[in-house]
Amino acid sequence: MILSNTEDVPGRTIREFYGVVTGSTVRAKHIGRDLMAGLKNLVGGELKGYTELLQEARQEAMDRMAEQAQAIGANAVVNIRFSTSSVAQGAAELFAYGTAVRVE
Amino acid sequence: MDQELVRLAINLGLPLLLLVLGYFTGTAFEHTHYRSIRLRERRWRRMPTLSFPRPLPQWQVQDTAMVTGSVVISLDYFKRFLAGLRGLVGGRVKSYESLLDRARREAILRMKESAHTAGFHAVVNLRLETSRLASSGRKGKGTAGVEILAFGTALKIADPARP
Repeated sequence: MILSNTEDVPGRTIREFYGVVTGSTVRAKHIGRDLMAGLKNLVGGELKGYTELLQEARQEAMDRMAEQAQAIGANAVVNIRFSTSSVAQGAAELFAYGTAVRVE
Repeated sequence: MDQELVRLAINLGLPLLLLVLGYFTGTAFEHTHYRSIRLRERRWRRMPTLSFPRPLPQWQVQDTAMVTGSVVISLDYFKRFLAGLRGLVGGRVKSYESLLDRARREAILRMKESAHTAGFHAVVNLRLETSRLASSGRKGKGTAGVEILAFGTALKIADPARP
């Protein structure tokens, strides 16, 4: 599965369009990580636990999107966009979407 | 009398202690972070990173993949206090400016590093996104941190010596 955030896949030609595919996941923070982040909020700096958490979640959203594209017979997803929103206290939705295509 | 003194010491002393702690640790973190950013930026300067989607015409693209780099960063107690004061009079909030600058540069560096590890030579269509993470306390009104995400399409080029 080729993933790209450009309108086409550089070096290849798009043969067929399959429409929009999406993938999302809602994740809540884990209490231990939240506690550490609370301490980090006093001294400043990177909140590593959150960085990892969001990265894992984003990867999962992208995997789900790629799965959906594969199921409808595409071999690439182009023009991928991300969006992150805090839907509830301490929980965030990570959303990835793009256009499923067949490239040669 | 004694009890009142103790209460006063706790009410005033704790925030003061946190301010001092935040000032020293925050300044030290920022200093070392900026030094590491400058060093790595020099190292990765030669990897072409473009914010438009087309690869340069002389590039022979062999392979592509999505790459991302992200960082969640937070202010220290002292700087948050300063930003709060700034909110009263208005104007530039310098403490947040440097925070976002650091986070953005770090995210781009991480993206470049992950592109390099996966064997790619250039990144096109770089995009940056910023989102606020609400903290679980104070009914979600507080900010636990700010996430900066950098992402783009990494390219493997046939002749990377002449990008």
